Amino acid sequence: MNEIIGIFFITIGLLFDFFGCLGLLRLPDIYNRLQAATKCVTLGTCGILFGLFLFNGFSALGIKALLCIVFLLLTAPVSAHALARGAHKSGVRLWEKSVCDKYEEDRKS
Amino acid sequence: MKSRIILFFLSLFIWLLLCWPVDGEHLLIGVLVAGLVAFMTGDMFVKRPHHFLNPLRYLWFLYYLPVFLWECLKANIDVARRVIHPDLPINPGIVKVKTSLKSDTALTFLANSITLTPGTMSVDIIPEEGVLYIHWIDVKDKDIEKATEIIVRKFEKIISKIFE
Repeated sequence: MNEIIGIFFITIGLLFDFFGCLGLLRLPDIYNRLQAATKCVTLGTCGILFGLFLFNGFSALGIKALLCIVFLLLTAPVSAHALARGAHKSGVRLWEKSVCDKYEEDRKS
Repeated sequence: MKSRIILFFLSLFIWLLLCWPVDGEHLLIGVLVAGLVAFMTGDMFVKRPHHFLNPLRYLWFLYYLPVFLWECLKANIDVARRVIHPDLPINPGIVKVKTSLKSDTALTFLANSITLTPGTMSVDIIPEEGVLYIHWIDVKDKDIEKATEIIVRKFEKIISKIFE
């Protein structure tokens, strides 16, 4: 039973990872790409790790998978934030059809 | 001193999870290294250690987890839908929102939560003014108050109960 649920989680995780990569290719600028990359890849990878945990239970491998989920949830948003901020500070433009850029306005004034 | 004790037990706990079937040798090494780490960097870890003793905060944290996971799942489905839609329905922009949170931990968790929830990603924080700049993949409102209402409110209340 655990293995079936594990396979289910791993499939879902792979699917979301795939959507994340697709978003990385299709979306227009770095900020939108980071959105796809952070969200989908975080949950996708967490799904795969959780599936691995269900396969192995509370063994050495399963516990490490759970720890990896915690670290991933803590670090992925931070790195996305650092990349976005760095890109904006070094002058990467938003997509030309973007609606507004309050950050640019506030930094100029 | 309290901060050192908390860091000691936390790092020992993570170490024991890493080498799970616990035996004597690993436990000894863990105690030694966690003690060294806590001795050297303990006073930087938490500023207000008395918060760790309040059980209500843990209960709020347990409430925060399912809310956060549900939002995270919604975010993924939302992004997946935008990505596979042939017309690429996005309407991006950077908006400004306000927050009433003050402490570093609370702001970090708020920014992380915002990044992992539907359509939003934090770009910069100015803690002195309580201002966050958010990249929004589908801008619904450019106004500060309305954007704050939509993006920040649902997490701010819970996080202020946990970390403030």
